[in-house]
Amino acid sequence: MGRKEEAVVEAFHLRKTFGDLVAVEDVSFCVMKGECFGLLGPNGAGKTSTIRMLYGFSPLSGGTLKVFGMDIEKDWRSIRARIGVCQQENSLDPDLSVEENLQVFARYFDIPLSEAKKRARELLRFVGLDGKREAKVSQLSGGMMRRLVLARSLVNSPELLILDEPTTGLDPQSRHQVWERLEALKLQGISIILTTHYMEEASRLCDRLLIMDHGRVLAEGTPSDLIREHVGKEVLEVGNPPDGLKVLIREKGLEHEDLGHRLIVYTDSAQKVFETLGKHLGEGSCLLRMATLEDVFLKLTGRELRE
Amino acid sequence: MSFLPPLLEPILYLAAFGAGLSVLIGTVEFRGKTVSYASFIAPALLAINMMYNSFFENTYGSFVRMYYQKTFDAMLATPLSLEEVITGEMAWGATKSLIATVLMQAVVSLFGLIQYPEGLLILPLSLLGGIAFASLGMVFTAEMSHIEMFNLPIFLLISPMFLFGGTFFPLEALPPWAAKIAWAFPLTHLVELTRWCALGSLDAGLIWNFLYLVAFSCLFFPLAIWRMKRRLIK
Repeated sequence: MGRKEEAVVEAFHLRKTFGDLVAVEDVSFCVMKGECFGLLGPNGAGKTSTIRMLYGFSPLSGGTLKVFGMDIEKDWRSIRARIGVCQQENSLDPDLSVEENLQVFARYFDIPLSEAKKRARELLRFVGLDGKREAKVSQLSGGMMRRLVLARSLVNSPELLILDEPTTGLDPQSRHQVWERLEALKLQGISIILTTHYMEEASRLCDRLLIMDHGRVLAEGTPSDLIREHVGKEVLEVGNPPDGLKVLIREKGLEHEDLGHRLIVYTDSAQKVFETLGKHLGEGSCLLRMATLEDVFLKLTGRELRE
Repeated sequence: MSFLPPLLEPILYLAAFGAGLSVLIGTVEFRGKTVSYASFIAPALLAINMMYNSFFENTYGSFVRMYYQKTFDAMLATPLSLEEVITGEMAWGATKSLIATVLMQAVVSLFGLIQYPEGLLILPLSLLGGIAFASLGMVFTAEMSHIEMFNLPIFLLISPMFLFGGTFFPLEALPPWAAKIAWAFPLTHLVELTRWCALGSLDAGLIWNFLYLVAFSCLFFPLAIWRMKRRLIK
């Protein structure tokens, strides 16, 4: 976990209520300097509410929260000067050009105009939008807008970057471009907090992550530790499993999930499972694959639909 | 583009009311003074222009920025507080009132309808009127759930002020009970101040109109900030 003084964010028993609705019940975590920390959870898990408390947008209903060792309730202004926030909803100014969007935003941080202009050009190059400097925001594609929002959140050279679902709604090409930019930022030593419900994104970017649901923490750790702890090394998926197989699996006490038309067996050794089940596997399709974060996520948060 | 109306509107109004109606009306006599109908309504047009520019900026304009463009959300991730963002919005509403007044006053002055140097006081006055109506507009912005709901204050508040705020006829023409209601409107006081500045005859009684607008702003400005905080800080 590193030394205590290296913590960028220290959140203890965060709580957020809106009237009778409890959005965040009890969430604690620390983010270390230079680390990319993920907040994962289904819709309505409380991710965005947690994020909004982190940058001092929402007052805490309970708990304590320190960023850079300062209290968010008291020192929100100096904290916000040192963080960059990439909100979920596109909040670019459609009346301004791409470059002006960055320059105006830099002025909110009291960055002098000449420096803001220089910074804007650097950032547009960084996110691959230098050809679009004069373009209006409405002329940009969804992926370009997202990259511009990312550039805007970097305008004050933040030490901590907070990203709320940075790639939701993007095509695979755009998503990979955003990931590459974020990896480049990690190499520069910027600490990152990220919410997502793309497990691939979380596995690729996050050093550590936390899975939450209904405003509570379900699990926390590195992606590989979480996979090992909660599902094991490998996953065997059997389509249209015969009843005999289900009975056998239950008798042998194998860790599994029965989805009716599909049976999922979690294991550390596929070899043993095959030996045990052998010919009982039946005629249906059978797939052996590596365990992923998605298995952990679905196992912990359940498979029923949200919202 | 948004400043084209203040340039063209007075010409239309002065043509319709000034040239057209003044044939019928000729001169207006009020409070012991006889003035041409055109010089009677020209300052009212200026005051209405102040009201429109600030009120509409901080209703439709602010609502679009807040609700559709999420501009306030983005700004609240920077070292700005919500109070500062909303104060900035209202200051811009008042600034728009000033810019529109400069433009319209230039046009109206060409017709010789404004006395100088007293007429110069209309410029700072447009900032005061601007703040008053910007604050009023912002209070509605904080309360409205949908942009179409602004029709309500416009129909119930802005239009009656436009028609009955001592704009196109003297308040003395109204029945006494109606005149009393008209004196509750902020526009009535703004028209009164603008008119006497334009006519070049100032007297001590105008201090009450001035104080009314100051008091109105001192009430609605913090109210707007308080209501916006309640709406946005969650």
